[in-house]
Amino acid sequence: MSESIERPPGEGRGRVTPPPIIEPGHTFASVTDKISAIVLGGRQPLFWVLGFFVAFLLVLVFLTAVSYLFAKGVGIWGVNQPVGWGFDIINFVWWIGIGHAGTLISAILLLLRQDWRTSINRFAEAMTLFAVACALLYPLMHLGRPWLFYWLIPYPNSMALWPQWRSPLIWDVFAVSTYATVSFLFWFVGLLPDLATLRDRATKKPAQILYGMLAMGWRGSALHWHRYETAYLLLAGLATPLVISVHTVVSLDFATSIIPGWHATIFPPYFVAGAIYAGFAMVLILAIPLRAVYGLQDFITMRHLQNMAKILLATGLIVGYGYVIEAFFAWYSGNPYEGYMILNRMKGPYAPMYWSLLLCNLAAPQLLWFKRVRSSPPMLFVISLIVSIGMWIERYVIVVTSLHRDFLPSSWGMYSGTIWDWSTFVGTIGLFLALMFLFIRFLPMISIFEMRTLVPEAAVEAEAGKKK
Amino acid sequence: MRDPRLYGLMAEFDGPGALVAAARRAHGEGYRKMDAYTPFPIHELTEALGLRRTRLPLVALTGGILGCATGLGIQWFSSVVHYPLNVGGKPLASWPAFIPITFELTVLFASLFAVFGMLGLNGLPMPYHPVFNVPRFALASRDRFFLCVEAKDPRFDREKTRRFLSSLGAREVSEVEE
Repeated sequence: MSESIERPPGEGRGRVTPPPIIEPGHTFASVTDKISAIVLGGRQPLFWVLGFFVAFLLVLVFLTAVSYLFAKGVGIWGVNQPVGWGFDIINFVWWIGIGHAGTLISAILLLLRQDWRTSINRFAEAMTLFAVACALLYPLMHLGRPWLFYWLIPYPNSMALWPQWRSPLIWDVFAVSTYATVSFLFWFVGLLPDLATLRDRATKKPAQILYGMLAMGWRGSALHWHRYETAYLLLAGLATPLVISVHTVVSLDFATSIIPGWHATIFPPYFVAGAIYAGFAMVLILAIPLRAVYGLQDFITMRHLQNMAKILLATGLIVGYGYVIEAFFAWYSGNPYEGYMILNRMKGPYAPMYWSLLLCNLAAPQLLWFKRVRSSPPMLFVISLIVSIGMWIERYVIVVTSLHRDFLPSSWGMYSGTIWDWSTFVGTIGLFLALMFLFIRFLPMISIFEMRTLVPEAAVEAEAGKKK
Repeated sequence: MRDPRLYGLMAEFDGPGALVAAARRAHGEGYRKMDAYTPFPIHELTEALGLRRTRLPLVALTGGILGCATGLGIQWFSSVVHYPLNVGGKPLASWPAFIPITFELTVLFASLFAVFGMLGLNGLPMPYHPVFNVPRFALASRDRFFLCVEAKDPRFDREKTRRFLSSLGAREVSEVEE
């Protein structure tokens, strides 16, 4: 099997289709120097300083909100009967959805030999890790007594109790923690050769020691590369079904209950498509400013943006199909509660949310049919922002409208987030951005060694070598 | 004669093509204890150096089977043996409900085995290795390609091997100290 293993795609097969995935004129040395200079070059642009400052302020907002939460309990949030799942679950699902694009780009596009993934996979993986970290915070905070979180894990305990294996909430614990672990491994294995590059290129002692320890003595031996690529490919193969399983399990949190609007077989594929949709939108939101600020247009070309725009359009259509089928199910089932649920969404007190959701997720991305729109980074940025907001509203609609009016009109109620809900949410956005800024500062945001394989030098001479 | 302080001879090449050709020649000449160092993976090298296929997929498979058994085992043991609880007359060993966790643990264990297996087989982390004593070796992670013939190879001879490596079109041949 290992004989046939390809190096990560992009050992440049001569491509003629414009625009290219790497601008012409680059060499091994220029690629290495350009990407490592962002980390080792010292001064960061004003964008970084200001961006990190704002993100850090939001982290402080988060710390305040969490401190108050731990002091007072979840009563400071808007959740109450009948809406027991509010911002915590909405934000959990939103973040974990965003966290799906990284592994999708790394794993699925690797297996499909899409060599354009090379310049975006590294920061998309970092984005995944940080998004999953933000997502994990929500169920933890919602526990009420977060210091007892380890009760969710099966361990020999004096209470002689086991977790409830038949509950999707326990499946979630395993799915999300496995996803976080495997995403981290994938990211770190990908980083290993680049950490060695940074170690060899660093001129200051602290950087040499830090990157030296992280690189673990990587020396680029042919035998090591052989095992490395095997491991990377195995991880890709393992991560692909994992990505699908994680959001499936998240959707089962809803689908296994009998609440109208949740109890639907469409949920797993609909959630997975929504996750990819939200994830690619976030990758675009990050990629477009980064390539402009750090002058990476040579590496993240229009080709990348256009391909991502197409994926956005395709997954957007799948999500749109989900919305249509949801309404169809409600009508076709003949179930009065399901029927009322969808009418309540369209005409009830949360109707503005429902219609803005359709506007953001279904209508706005239709602009991507036009090549002019797909070729315009500002337009793509705005559409991606709209989609991100739309995906948040989608989860709001699913969680809140289903819970606030279920079977018994006597137990109906209304829900809205309090100032603490909002400050926690804004705070996790700050945490996410702050971690992204730190990542850009200390680690190469584009995979250097994989970019080397895209350079023409790598291709032509390897071809010559094949001739014997 | 073998010098105990000599690890081997290191030849530096400009491009992947030259390195692959040199590795092939050296292998044809009968050298076996050698390794190439490159800034990115080159498939032709595996075959040129006559490297064996890695057993890593088997390691990952072992991890996967172990994870699968752990996942299913712990759920079955707790539900059937250790704490049987009749819920609505449903069977104790309700295996369909056990599949998600079994699947997740299979993937988790297989991934951990693949990564730690790769690091373990490669002998990483390795705080010291003689090849780093060659000053120009730092370029192996940038744009240079190296072939190192180790002194423990039975055909190794300081002078003859040096001449042979130079004849392959190496930019520079340097001695690697132990």
